[in-house]
Amino acid sequence: MKNRSRLHVPKAPARPGEAPDFSYVHLSPAGAISRPDINARARDIAFLSTELVRVLDDAGTAVGPWHPHLDPSDLQIGLRHMLLTRIFDDRMQRTQRAGKISFYIRSLGEEAVSVAQCMALRPGDMLFPSYRNQGLQIARGIPLVDLMNQTLSNTRDMCKGRQLPVMYHSKAGNIFSISGNLATQFPQAVGWAMAAAIKGEDHLAASWIGEGSSAEADFHHALLFASVYQAPAILNVVNNQWAISTFQGYAGGEQRSFAARGPGYGIAGIRVDGNDFLAVYAVTQWAAERARTGAGPTLIELVTYRAAAHSTSDDPARYRAKDDQEHWPLGDPIQRLKQHLIALGEWSEERHQALTAELDALVGASWKEAVTYGTMSEGPKLNADLMFEDVFKDMPQSLERQRALMRAERG
Amino acid sequence: MANMNMIQALNSAMDIMLGKDPSVVLMGEDIGYFGGVFRTTEGLQRKYGEQRVLDTPIAEGGIVAAAIGMSINGLRPVAEIQFADYIYPGFDQIVSELARIRYRSAGEFFAPVTIRTPCGGGIRGGQTHSQSPEGIFTHVSGLKVVMPSNPYDAKGLLITSIEDDDPVVFFEPKRLYNGPFDGDPNKPAVPWSAHPKGQVPEGHYSVPLGKAEIVRSGADVTVITYGTMVFVALAAAAALGLDAEIIDLRSLVPLDVDTMCTSVRKTGRCVVAHEATRFSGFGAEILSVVQEECFWDLEAPIQRVAGWDTPYPHAFEWEYFPGQARVATALKAVTEAP
Repeated sequence: MKNRSRLHVPKAPARPGEAPDFSYVHLSPAGAISRPDINARARDIAFLSTELVRVLDDAGTAVGPWHPHLDPSDLQIGLRHMLLTRIFDDRMQRTQRAGKISFYIRSLGEEAVSVAQCMALRPGDMLFPSYRNQGLQIARGIPLVDLMNQTLSNTRDMCKGRQLPVMYHSKAGNIFSISGNLATQFPQAVGWAMAAAIKGEDHLAASWIGEGSSAEADFHHALLFASVYQAPAILNVVNNQWAISTFQGYAGGEQRSFAARGPGYGIAGIRVDGNDFLAVYAVTQWAAERARTGAGPTLIELVTYRAAAHSTSDDPARYRAKDDQEHWPLGDPIQRLKQHLIALGEWSEERHQALTAELDALVGASWKEAVTYGTMSEGPKLNADLMFEDVFKDMPQSLERQRALMRAERG
Repeated sequence: MANMNMIQALNSAMDIMLGKDPSVVLMGEDIGYFGGVFRTTEGLQRKYGEQRVLDTPIAEGGIVAAAIGMSINGLRPVAEIQFADYIYPGFDQIVSELARIRYRSAGEFFAPVTIRTPCGGGIRGGQTHSQSPEGIFTHVSGLKVVMPSNPYDAKGLLITSIEDDDPVVFFEPKRLYNGPFDGDPNKPAVPWSAHPKGQVPEGHYSVPLGKAEIVRSGADVTVITYGTMVFVALAAAAALGLDAEIIDLRSLVPLDVDTMCTSVRKTGRCVVAHEATRFSGFGAEILSVVQEECFWDLEAPIQRVAGWDTPYPHAFEWEYFPGQARVATALKAVTEAP
């Protein structure tokens, strides 16, 4: 047959009724990838963007040059944050199903991304999260009640009832407001980092987007500006394989890794096992040191799997193989860190059960408190007048007039 | 006082703000080393350094986004979009982000960004260098929208915009950069040095947002306008021998409803004029407000003068431009009505 041009339409490796297939995911053995000097030039370390940095091997042993040698107590804190994130998510999922909140997004299977990365950064570093980074809020110590109040749009909602559930922010915690529009935070983080450099401060900015939204122009603006100004930024692509029903091939992942966008822009790109707490921590620490020492920005691709639905409005059984997640070759981040701590003699099944019970109780007590500040259906309510505030710093006459009209409407 | 054209006045505003406030930074395409394609930032990089007067990639979305991030980190960026026609790649960052950061974070974060951008036609710019998209931005909650018509206001309004804690989109009618323009391209250009509004204080001063100026008081008819059309309206009314009250809005958001309506209640007749396209233009909003507030004082239907609802054509620039003839038709219609 004659050669001719053709349209390639990416095909998901497994759809409902088909056997899960992750043979497309390139894996490097744990410990196999070298750890370059933090001052290495992006062009000399392009291999990092196509290999996969891993520290924990299948037996739960930490191996190789990226082993961050964390104190076991820090690992236990990491495990606690991840477990709390998961238990919090489960609880919020159930409250949504019970009609108490309108919407929720879980981060099931991706907890190591937010928690390990946050722990590798400093409190003064500014975080520009996406909507699946609740682990950042938890690792930064934002009280669960505050997060729950936001999802309830109740009288203590930090957003005063203006945002969908999970679009948190914390000025004091240096966590920027989550937009709900995709990828917009990525170039904003670079602007924040540029300002830090202009002001001569050694804080960095970190931002997260999914591999799906890396298709947006904002992703490319972020990489371009980060490269041009060598901004102290860590740009994270959380490659959880799925953008609702669209698999990562539609964001360009079939032909090249997402981390490889980095070297394309002249910035360091590094691909890491996103379910390996130690590897995520080590890679983030390496990127942070680069940023703080003037070696510039880093693009990190965290290879993970969205084990849950996209959101409470989504049903993945309609578009992907049912038992996909059980075949995911990089396992579960909580199980893997737990296995590692047990192998170190620093953890046990009993302690894990006790911690689970403790965190269950914490989440339960937090929810009990949060609902006393109101829910969508009962209890105290936000004053609808708040709708007109914060459009501008000072309320213009036109909005004062509209507020009066609204009050009259309500009688 | 010094003689300044609008470019020099804008330059002076930025110079003063860079000198006064270390958090002010300028950014944009060609604005640094070169001083901008209209020379508006000339000399400022030499004076304040390349970290505070930043040349940027040709990526308006990136420029606006980076400015937002900088503002969240305590800076007060003034971003230039080289032509208003190029602002659309930055539109999402302006509309979905810049305008709403204060609102969505319940006031915890705010983004004091000023976006400066030359607008309007009359310089043979064709359909990609002549647009007046202010109405697209006035429709967005959370943005202030400003358009000066002369050097004095340009400087005072830009200083106010930079000092404002809310985001401002600042449109600069480029046909007015070098002199007032009455709409007749065949007349020799008049420089700002020959006009009282070209007399500009050298130091810091402000012109408030939300305060229109009555450029000429009169009793026969009120013309509500802004930007390029201010001098066209003045000339058209003078040619007809009408005692017109001409109002230069200066800022569209916030809008000075009181000045507009006080005038229309007095004259009973109103013409609304802008260079932008007519359909869904900002003029429709002005007209609605006047109709709602002044209906029982009106002696005639309000008239609108605007650009035609076509792209801005290169070869037919003056057939497109709402010049004195179009304004005169509206003035006659509104004053000759019984």
